Amino acid sequence: MIGLGLLIRRELGLALRGGTDAVMAVVFFVLAAVLFPFGVGTDPAMLPRIGGGIIWVVALLAAMLSLERMFASDHEDGSLDLLYLSPVGLGTLALAKAVAHWLTTGVLLLIAAPILALLYNVPANAFGALVASMLLGTPILSLVGGIGAALTLGARRGGVLLALLILPLYIPVLIFGAGAIDGAIAGRPIAPQLMVLGGFLLAALALAPWATAAALRQAIE
Amino acid sequence: MQGLTTHNLSCIRGERAVFAGLDLAVNPGRAILLSGANGSGKSSLLRVLAGLLPAAGGHIEWEGTDIAQDPDAHRARVAYIGHSDPLKPSMTATENLRFWAQLYGLDPSVEPALYQFSIEHLADVPARYFSAGQKRRLNLARLAAGQNSPSGPTLWLLDEPATGLDPGAVSMLANTILAHLSNEGTAIISTHGGRLDELLADHADHVTLQTSQSEFAR
Repeated sequence: MIGLGLLIRRELGLALRGGTDAVMAVVFFVLAAVLFPFGVGTDPAMLPRIGGGIIWVVALLAAMLSLERMFASDHEDGSLDLLYLSPVGLGTLALAKAVAHWLTTGVLLLIAAPILALLYNVPANAFGALVASMLLGTPILSLVGGIGAALTLGARRGGVLLALLILPLYIPVLIFGAGAIDGAIAGRPIAPQLMVLGGFLLAALALAPWATAAALRQAIE
Repeated sequence: MQGLTTHNLSCIRGERAVFAGLDLAVNPGRAILLSGANGSGKSSLLRVLAGLLPAAGGHIEWEGTDIAQDPDAHRARVAYIGHSDPLKPSMTATENLRFWAQLYGLDPSVEPALYQFSIEHLADVPARYFSAGQKRRLNLARLAAGQNSPSGPTLWLLDEPATGLDPGAVSMLANTILAHLSNEGTAIISTHGGRLDELLADHADHVTLQTSQSEFAR
């Protein structure tokens, strides 16, 4: 646990000092979401219907923006070798990176999402579902994204490859995240969607660091 | 008495046999100076010995026990210096060094280590402002940080550690290595000759890896 805390603190410190990735992700999130109504129209009856889905699609694309750099700097400067040799191990490193990615990106998306929901005229009774689904869903994006970041480490055109690998894995999160918001707007119970997202999160917490560590091991060799 | 021994060790990268049938032995208090042309396998050998690369054949023993039996224990005894300097440009020298010390469970008071490589005046300067030589000194200060801790690593694997260092810094490095050897530590160092070899000559054996021994495993 000491190693996990130390790694998270280091990642947050690096993100705060030099990283523009998190800010870029949120700016992209807001800009992309604002662009949609220019293309699909501003019908006040339609916007709330599509708002939840658009916010979720844009959120997972925004979360992907900074994934490529998750391990790249440590790989380039040799830190990854030392992290592997350290007592904390690669699984802890993978978890720490995902937590730091969520804290610097997912939380910002979580804060920005209700503001975008206002722009889409999403009813107030769906805001709870939006926040709850993003609270459960965005950590999954970071955890699963870490696997892709590790698998594409050192690859040419790693960003494109990362998108091809990870986007299909994000589809269940998108379905149940947007489904929770739609359900709340329609007055249906949202507990099933949130419980499924919670299950995905627990599965990702258990499996993703392990899979990421295995991919990092390959990158080191 | 033997610290590290390798038996019939081989390494394959891609389809190329980097080295094969390698037998090495280094006792506590002694070092091996690895030399050889570019591509002869010095860096690969050090990575295999560190556990960063799997050996294609043979095995490595520490005090008579195969390191594969307890890889965690082996990693705990290794201090590895590679070609790159694992420093974060936005972190100060102290922050960079303290992070590694804490991660490895070493004494987080890193000032003596900075002093040992004469970079104590850069303690609060972000690493982005360091010259290549200063970055190297800061990387090497990790060795001193380990040396100043009771649980410090005993097997030092140093890949061309003197690269980019001025003569004064090479002497500091040699003194650090000699102090490590005098504490029954062990070191395997790849070099291309020069002053470091001269300073360690009385405490080291020379091993030359031959490029011609490499062959394609196809």
